[in-house]
Amino acid sequence: MDYASSFALIAPELLLTGAGLILLLVAAFGGDMMARPIAILSTAALFGAGIMLVPGLHSGVMGLDTYAFGNLMRTDAFALFAKAMIYLAAIGCLMIAPAYFATASNGNESGMRAEYSILVLFAVLGMSIMVSATDFMTLYLGLELNSLAAYVLASVLRNDSKSAEAGLKYFVLGALASGILLYGMSLLYGFTGSTDFGAVRAGLTGELAIGALFGLVFVLAGLAFKIAAVPFHMWTPDVYEGAPTPVTAFFATAPKVAAVALTARVTLEVFGEQSDAWQQIVMFVALASIIFGALGAIGQENLKRLLAYSSINNVGFILLGLAVANEAGASAMLIYLFVYVAMSLGSFVALLMLRGEDGTLFETFDDIKGLSTTQPLIAWALLLLMFSLAGIPPLLGFYGKFVIFQATVEAGLIAFGAIAIAASVIGAFYYIKFVKVMFFDEPVDLVKGKSGAAHWVLLILTAAIISPLGYLLTPSINDLAGKAAEALFLIS
Amino acid sequence: MIGIEHYLVVGAILFVLGVLGIFLNRKNVIVILMAVELILLSVNINLVAFSAFMNDLVGQVFAMLVLTVAAAEAAIGLAILVIYFRNRGTIAVDDVNRMKG
Repeated sequence: MDYASSFALIAPELLLTGAGLILLLVAAFGGDMMARPIAILSTAALFGAGIMLVPGLHSGVMGLDTYAFGNLMRTDAFALFAKAMIYLAAIGCLMIAPAYFATASNGNESGMRAEYSILVLFAVLGMSIMVSATDFMTLYLGLELNSLAAYVLASVLRNDSKSAEAGLKYFVLGALASGILLYGMSLLYGFTGSTDFGAVRAGLTGELAIGALFGLVFVLAGLAFKIAAVPFHMWTPDVYEGAPTPVTAFFATAPKVAAVALTARVTLEVFGEQSDAWQQIVMFVALASIIFGALGAIGQENLKRLLAYSSINNVGFILLGLAVANEAGASAMLIYLFVYVAMSLGSFVALLMLRGEDGTLFETFDDIKGLSTTQPLIAWALLLLMFSLAGIPPLLGFYGKFVIFQATVEAGLIAFGAIAIAASVIGAFYYIKFVKVMFFDEPVDLVKGKSGAAHWVLLILTAAIISPLGYLLTPSINDLAGKAAEALFLIS
Repeated sequence: MIGIEHYLVVGAILFVLGVLGIFLNRKNVIVILMAVELILLSVNINLVAFSAFMNDLVGQVFAMLVLTVAAAEAAIGLAILVIYFRNRGTIAVDDVNRMKG
């Protein structure tokens, strides 16, 4: 394969790189005055990159035609599906940012910083590389590009001590995770003689050498860190609480998709011959995430912390689909990811709209008492989102859980499915508490601030997607997820 | 004769020291940054040792990549540490507790 066709395959990444570098220069010379145009242009770049994915996504490309740079990257339907979700989530997070930064809140100077959108662009570029990586070197490059941009994003409010602390914690634990992952990769390289996914897979047949087993466990631990799965979840609540809310919305959606897609590619392709070794680990991590996510959220007063535990809980369900280790499971995982992205983006947008008259953001249960009488529209949208997260039937969240359980049961893992269902009933408690506080408590009438048009548009859009109307989307999502899962299993 | 296992043991010791440095250190965030570098260097020792013993260049290329990323990571870590210090006036690990956890 020549270079021209390789470059054609990574056209979306090239567009993002070019846009990021040019906008960086614009930001350097124009300063924060240019923040808004830069945000608009970044959104346009992401949108353009997204458009480039459509033909391949539609026809479900896979096989040798999708190998770029001598199989360092592979842009098959699976990578394209993940990229499409990442770009959509990032566009959402860019749209909500200007209105958030425009109003000074919690002692911060108002005004959006020009770097914000550029950092998001670079983070998205890193994720884009991550999901199409088929070599440990490309994987590490993408992962670090994403993480380094994300550390800065978490601490983007420079005068807010919470934001700085979130950035510091995220940095220390993220760097540790990268180190663990890298150590695992070095062991796998040593015991198989290659960093290419296919070659490592071929080297990992039969009885595992103890060093290779260590490598496998370290790689899985590092990846579990990145997707915030139990037992490597301890950074999530703190980082989600401390980071500015649009950044939290970003962390909860796009990087999650990228890390889950990467984990799927690594487990199913690299460790495909050793599914006995990792299936138990992933199953344990999945169930532990579901249970701890549900239990940890009980008693949280801060809404962002609560949503952080909710995301841990959701990651558990996603991993449950992965642990099934067949095509149906992978397709269910992708469908759940799509539903999860819509739900969590919507929830964070709703949190952003809980503003006081002076623009202060409210983040605790006490502030949203009786929201339904003062802000009925936000309250009803939140009600839909919370019921959907809890998986209550007519909403799309139920469909996501349904396909996961279906895949689990069909693979004969009924006991695990049952535990997950029991834990999701516990989880329903705090989602319903949300609704109880908003609808049945004495109104405190604190939320009086006006929200930007972008917030309303996104809130209504996500609420429409997760409402029963969303079932109109399911045939096409099922089709795309099916093709993506097929592409993922083509090699294995 | 020094075989590959000697290199791997050194790598493993450095790795464990790095991880312990992050978790047991109660004093200073700078020490954590040093521990992170230690982890990355232990990985490099592994990679270069494997690469030399297998006569395969990929490991050395990978080690170069890791070095580059480690430099970028240290730069960003220190930058975050500086804004943290400006806000709080301390970089003691025990004081990183505005949020519980």
